[in-house]
Amino acid sequence: MRLGLVIDLDVCVGCHACAIACKEWNASGTIGPLSDYEPYGAEPSGVWFNRIRHYEMDEYPNNKTINFPMSCMHCEDAACVSVCPTGASYKRPEDGIVLIDQDKCMGCNYCSWACPYGARELDRSSGTMKKCTLCVDRIYDQKLPIEERQPACVLSCPAHARMFGDFDDPDSAVSRTVRERDGYPLMPELNYQPTNQYLPPRQKPVIHVDAAPKGGLKESIKQFANRLVRR
Amino acid sequence: MHPALSVIFFTVASGAGFGLFSLLYIADVFSLGGGFNREQLIIGGLMAMALIVMGLLSSTLHLANPKNAWRAFNRFRTSWLSREGVFAVIFMPLALAYLLCIWFDAPAILRIGVGFIVAVLAWITVFSTGMIYACLKTIRQWHTPLVPANYLALGYASGSLLLLLGAVVAKLDTVPYLAMSALIVSVAAVLKAIYYFWIGSPSVTPTINTATGLTRAGVKILDTGHTHGTFLTQEFGFQLARKRAGILRLAVFVVGFGVPGLMLISIFRQPDALWAAAVALFAVMLGAAIERWLFFAEARHVVNLYHGAQRC
Repeated sequence: MRLGLVIDLDVCVGCHACAIACKEWNASGTIGPLSDYEPYGAEPSGVWFNRIRHYEMDEYPNNKTINFPMSCMHCEDAACVSVCPTGASYKRPEDGIVLIDQDKCMGCNYCSWACPYGARELDRSSGTMKKCTLCVDRIYDQKLPIEERQPACVLSCPAHARMFGDFDDPDSAVSRTVRERDGYPLMPELNYQPTNQYLPPRQKPVIHVDAAPKGGLKESIKQFANRLVRR
Repeated sequence: MHPALSVIFFTVASGAGFGLFSLLYIADVFSLGGGFNREQLIIGGLMAMALIVMGLLSSTLHLANPKNAWRAFNRFRTSWLSREGVFAVIFMPLALAYLLCIWFDAPAILRIGVGFIVAVLAWITVFSTGMIYACLKTIRQWHTPLVPANYLALGYASGSLLLLLGAVVAKLDTVPYLAMSALIVSVAAVLKAIYYFWIGSPSVTPTINTATGLTRAGVKILDTGHTHGTFLTQEFGFQLARKRAGILRLAVFVVGFGVPGLMLISIFRQPDALWAAAVALFAVMLGAAIERWLFFAEARHVVNLYHGAQRC
């Protein structure tokens, strides 16, 4: 199995609900807490596994705002795992999820240097590195109804811009969607083979903004009257 | 990249220590300038080991969870950080064995054999330190074979000037030590110049377009999505003004290589010039520290692309 996410950049509205749901679930999950520093102070900061950034593509009038959620890509060739000196970082052979053993991490930050996606963040309170677990403590939970055995971010997305599934299965929903919508990985030139895929924004018909005359008898009389009466 | 002072001190001190120990071995084998006596060799070796131990201890200061530092030897098979630790730890008892060979006047074959292994281990350890940085594909300024070359050259340059100071104190013939220092310092200067030339011209690198996959038009950041700084901005957001970087690069060459070069000439003319040897050593260490700080400050991690940088 190769579990991962598909994120639809055409649909994401940038509401940050996935990031909030992630924080809510994982703060009390196996890797929690996700510490906040000065949450009500002048400079609030803290640990997040999922961050949403906002970009603009192209120039007006062809510009488009793209909301861009990012979390761990659970790379096939995960450099964060191979550079880890302690063996705290590991990739599960059975489902490809990259995890950090909190009991082994010495907080050297080296794995975060190796990650191009900014997926790993040091928690100052525990002194250990933390990252997205793909909600490993949810997706296998037999006590949850089967439709809820998905990462918190996927369940919470109001726009259905996120999908979760097995990329090794060519007929899974994620594999099919990536095939049909030309899904792509981020920064493929670094060759980490990220599992998560992004669906590009669709090409939309250009809406003309210049007013076109409506035509018709009523409109011509109106325009004639407008020319006569100076307001 | 954020320049952590503990890591700068560690790499400068342990580089000088490993450099001193392996050059001390060469001085011993060839009896350079008449050769150090037994006590002098032991003192030199212990000084080198002290520098290395101080460096290693300082390197644990940047750990957020140092109680797990002992686990760092686990991933020898894949991690250069782990390899560096393992090599440094193997170095210690062997270096001690070499010093014991000197103290107890062991047969020459044993003394030379053990010393050779120790010198090679010192070389491998400093190489591993450089590879910690050079193996990262995420930082263009580090992902080059020039990085371990620079680490080795600067470590051995510092070590050679330490050894020169020792030769002046021991009143040996300084000419072979001067020649050795002059050669290593100039090689270090040339390698550093090539490095600065190399990182100045970005070749094929990730851009904000490949980072987001939005390649059909220009992309710019509208909002980074966080209120204040994050771990990512603290660790990777460090930015150095180009003008300041230029001044510091000049300082590396003037202080780190120029001043020691002038001092070498002074010692050549007046072989008992202890002050000149001391100034040369101080200058090369200061230059190495500035170089190491710049090495971090000038490195741009690709995660900055997601925070709006067009290329790294």
